[in-house]
Amino acid sequence: MLSKQQIAQRIAREVKNGQYINLGIGIPTLVANYIPEDLEIVLQSENGLLGIGPFPTEEEIDPDLINAGKQTITMVKGSAIFNSADSFAMIRGGHVHLTILGAMEVSENGDIANWKIPGKMVKGMGGAMDLVASAENIIVAMQHCSKSGDSKLLPECTLPITGIRCVKKIVTDLAVLEIHPQGGFILKERAPGVSVDEIKQKTAGKLIIEGEIPEMIF
Amino acid sequence: MINKTVKDAREAVKDIPSGAFLMMGGFGLCGIPENSIAALLERDIKDLTIVSNNAGVDDFGIGLLLKKRMVKKMISSYVGENAEFERQLLSGELEVDLIPQGTLAERVRAGGAGIPAFFTPAGVGTEVAEGKETREFDGKLYLMERWLRADFSLVKAWKGDTAGNLVFKGTARNFNPMMAAAGKITIAEVEELVPAGELDPNQIHTPGTYVQRIFQGENYEKRIEQRTTRS
Repeated sequence: MLSKQQIAQRIAREVKNGQYINLGIGIPTLVANYIPEDLEIVLQSENGLLGIGPFPTEEEIDPDLINAGKQTITMVKGSAIFNSADSFAMIRGGHVHLTILGAMEVSENGDIANWKIPGKMVKGMGGAMDLVASAENIIVAMQHCSKSGDSKLLPECTLPITGIRCVKKIVTDLAVLEIHPQGGFILKERAPGVSVDEIKQKTAGKLIIEGEIPEMIF
Repeated sequence: MINKTVKDAREAVKDIPSGAFLMMGGFGLCGIPENSIAALLERDIKDLTIVSNNAGVDDFGIGLLLKKRMVKKMISSYVGENAEFERQLLSGELEVDLIPQGTLAERVRAGGAGIPAFFTPAGVGTEVAEGKETREFDGKLYLMERWLRADFSLVKAWKGDTAGNLVFKGTARNFNPMMAAAGKITIAEVEELVPAGELDPNQIHTPGTYVQRIFQGENYEKRIEQRTTRS
């Protein structure tokens, strides 16, 4: 089974040189720590920044400079600041190439649910609906099963959805999976020590297994 | 140049009535109109509708207006950083309209730009789409969304001049420029107010025509929600 750090590490291998990337809150934020240094990429923050840098030192803290998770941040050289309408114009307009975000559920046709649990306090969707409706490549980082052991990879989402037919790839603590254009989770890789049978058993949606499934290497 | 200067926050917000439809700039607590919110708190008004990306925290920002029960409805993309908000929402005292953040920004932008409606892919197939027109363009589905315009917009800039021109700093810009344009009366508070002519026209983010009142703010707290550092 992969730790949260390993999920982030595995997703970082999907990043390509020259990409502009939006990282969601949680595991996706950790991806930044594992992007190879020889790749030139730019991190977008939907509250109006291209070029997120490392967290600041105590001396560098600027209350006028935060990320979408409201954390204090710094800017890298060559950053650009813009307003929220421009930020989502670049998201919807296809100028942000990769979106990595968490999910509560993903369905076998690529629907994602990650903003609302009926009966619980609803905090809102923030920028998630805009991001999933627009990014050309969406990777989901999540645990394969809920805390109570229920599969989060389903035939259909049971929770209110955030976007339809948008997820391309999922990295869980057990596996790397891709969404088949006609529906289904294509099993691509297994976490170290995790068997295909275990993944089969913990995937409620249609699982497509073709040939030998390689184990991830760390 | 037309002088937009008013004496202070109290003067700027003195005619905002009960039931007014307001916009307030800011993302989290970053770039919020601190002085105007403080002056509103002194007013005996209620039933406000506020368009703002977030709803402040328990003891700062819009949270203070909520605590004093001055707000009837929030139109936001992400809320719930505060307990009083949650209490009022669950008890039905407060109405909340949750909108995807990009749609919120664009609805405000459209309001200021005179565009009554537009189509966006955000929310297609979700409960956000309920009751809205969906149309296909070039093989993809989009939702029709309407503009938003305000009786008063309360914005915060870094620098401004007496003609109402504004310059923002860092990610404190966020929703402020669009809201400035979408307000019938826009009240801008700035950290530094200078005479017209002192700001470089090439560097203006919000031109003065969008601003009806401007004042020099004071005692900015600029509270940080998630103080995060590297070791």
